[in-house]
Amino acid sequence: MKALVPVKRVLDYNVKPRVKADGTGVDLANVKMSMNPFDEIAVEEAIRLKEKGVVTEIVAVSIGVAKAQDTLRTALAMGADRAILVTAETEVEPLAVAKLLKAIVDEEAPQLVILGKQAIDDDANQTGQMLAALLGWGQGTFASKVEVEGDSAKVTREVDGGLETVSLKLPAIITTDLRLNEPRYATLPNIMKAKSKPLATKTPADYAVDIAPRLTVVSVAEPSKRQAGAKVADVDELVMKLKAMGVAK
Amino acid sequence: MKTLVWVEHDGQAVKDATLSAVTAASKLGEVHLLVAGENVAGVAEAAAKIAGVGKVHVADGAPFAHALAENVAPLVATLMEGHDAFVAPATTTGKNITPRVAALLDVMQLSDILSVEGPDTFTRPIYAGNAIATVKTSDAKLVVTVRGTAFEKAAAEGGSGTIEAIEGVGTDAGVSSFVSAEIAQSARPELTSAKIIVSGGRALGSAEEFHKLIDPLADKLGAGVGASRAAVDAGYAPNDYQVGQTGKIVAPEVYVAVGISGAIQHLAGMKDSKVIVAINKDEDAPIFQVADLGLVGDLFKLVPELTEKL
Ligand SMILES: Cc1cc2nc3c(=O)[nH]c(=O)nc-3n(C[C@H](O)[C@H](O)[C@H](O)COP(=O)(O)OP(=O)(O)OC[C@H]3O[C@@H](n4cnc5c(N)ncnc54)[C@H](O)[C@@H]3O)c2cc1C
Ligand SMILES: Nc1ncnc2c1ncn2[C@@H]1O[C@H](COP(=O)(O)O)[C@@H](O)[C@H]1O
Repeated sequence: MKALVPVKRVLDYNVKPRVKADGTGVDLANVKMSMNPFDEIAVEEAIRLKEKGVVTEIVAVSIGVAKAQDTLRTALAMGADRAILVTAETEVEPLAVAKLLKAIVDEEAPQLVILGKQAIDDDANQTGQMLAALLGWGQGTFASKVEVEGDSAKVTREVDGGLETVSLKLPAIITTDLRLNEPRYATLPNIMKAKSKPLATKTPADYAVDIAPRLTVVSVAEPSKRQAGAKVADVDELVMKLKAMGVAK
Repeated sequence: MKTLVWVEHDGQAVKDATLSAVTAASKLGEVHLLVAGENVAGVAEAAAKIAGVGKVHVADGAPFAHALAENVAPLVATLMEGHDAFVAPATTTGKNITPRVAALLDVMQLSDILSVEGPDTFTRPIYAGNAIATVKTSDAKLVVTVRGTAFEKAAAEGGSGTIEAIEGVGTDAGVSSFVSAEIAQSARPELTSAKIIVSGGRALGSAEEFHKLIDPLADKLGAGVGASRAAVDAGYAPNDYQVGQTGKIVAPEVYVAVGISGAIQHLAGMKDSKVIVAINKDEDAPIFQVADLGLVGDLFKLVPELTEKL
């Protein structure tokens, strides 16, 4: 079976985001960009399913600026077989991403689409669920374990109270949580090999999807800062302060 | 504006996260509730007592027993014909269902709102809370999830909502089914509503040490217990303890971080706590930049001493 893995190019998780002085957004000029960490986990999961003989082909998809090619090359170097880049010069909202992915699913007919649970830039946590709705498929969100058996997938989900396991009829949507797996690093030979793997470039118009945003960002501001921290000398001082606050008796 | 609020419950009681969502919805207009589940008459009665609610729509039936998004979302989409906004708490259940509703309605969702600035304008965190965006929607219907720590809880008592059973619902979409759940039973306060939280990090070194040091301190303080991602990944604590960008968002009166460095992803989940206490042996650890009471030293010595002296 085929697996489709959408990967987003985002500000690297180690970089501290800086709000632009004019309040229009976060400064992305000359900063390190990487694959969304949850999407690395999604690529890894697809590769593991291929290594188990469940998945036969992995198609990575990214929607974004031309530079998102780098993100797709990373996915190819990790082990994806081919890639599709849908170019868009402006940020595409989750609903429009889901519509583009639906159009690609209609063409590619994968049995599994594995997405990250959340992109760490917009922190939306929407795309996978929206795609599932548009396709009428089952969804296993926030997955920490995936087992494909025949024509169904058993997905263990990280939920507020602990863990929940659901069974999904294939084809289905899975979104990854942090503990699903530990993504591999691409080796140098694989990075070289990835350069010759196929990467198709498309536009939203090719799929007849309207990507006009529904939301307008009025402004982006820094959160209110906490007072610089103060230190206490020892446990006695800490206990005294906690008592003064009424926390301890 | 008529809002429909998702009631988060465990089959018996209404969860606190619902009460914050009700407050957010009340800033938009009339508050109506949706209780979905199996044998939820008791939940519906409790929900009707929440201050300020109007109708309580009840979908009682097997397909809703485990709040599977595949079954719930079409139900909500139908109810939205008579409402202007769907408002859900940003719990794992809310996050699972709400985008599915939004897509069925062809609406862009606003996730994790922090404030209601107007009927179509909200603030929400992006980049792990390192930036706050003010966002305006042009969609005809609103679909939002609410960050619980950003809104006061509505009073759980004093309301007199009218309970209305939804007729003719109860179809199973037939694409997913519930298999099992491992829900931790704990006598401790739930993280998202605890007044005091003690969290442990990677420095604890093992599950054994985590329990040996963190639990007694939490017991002394009547606190809930949390953890960093590193501590959860290493198996010192279960996944539902994780505080942070991708875990639980908490804002207790007091948050005690033990052996946690203070990565931005962790801070994203706790930096709105009223008082932050940090114990770390590295005086330059980023956690000290947000701590009101920072104690530098070896946690294996300091934590037992603190527990003892409290
Ligand atoms: C996509 C993504 C999402 C993430 N989401 C989350 C999230 O939701 N929550 C989260 O917590 N993290 C999250 N992380 C991980 C985060 O980046 C950090 O790796 C993590 O928070 C580190 O955990 P820690 O502070 O326990 O460990 P470390 O960073 O290893 O810190 C351990 C600290 O303990 C101190 N220490 C060591 N020994 C002692 C001692 N004997 N006494 C006192 N102090 C001692 C050290 O000085 C150090 O500061 C996420 C990361 C990514 C990429
Ligand atoms: N522009 C994009 N290109 C490819 N995949 C995306 C894009 N946006 C979102 N996704 C996928 O959807 C997941 C959730 O994103 P979000 O709903 O924005 O938090 C990500 O982890 C990706 O797998």
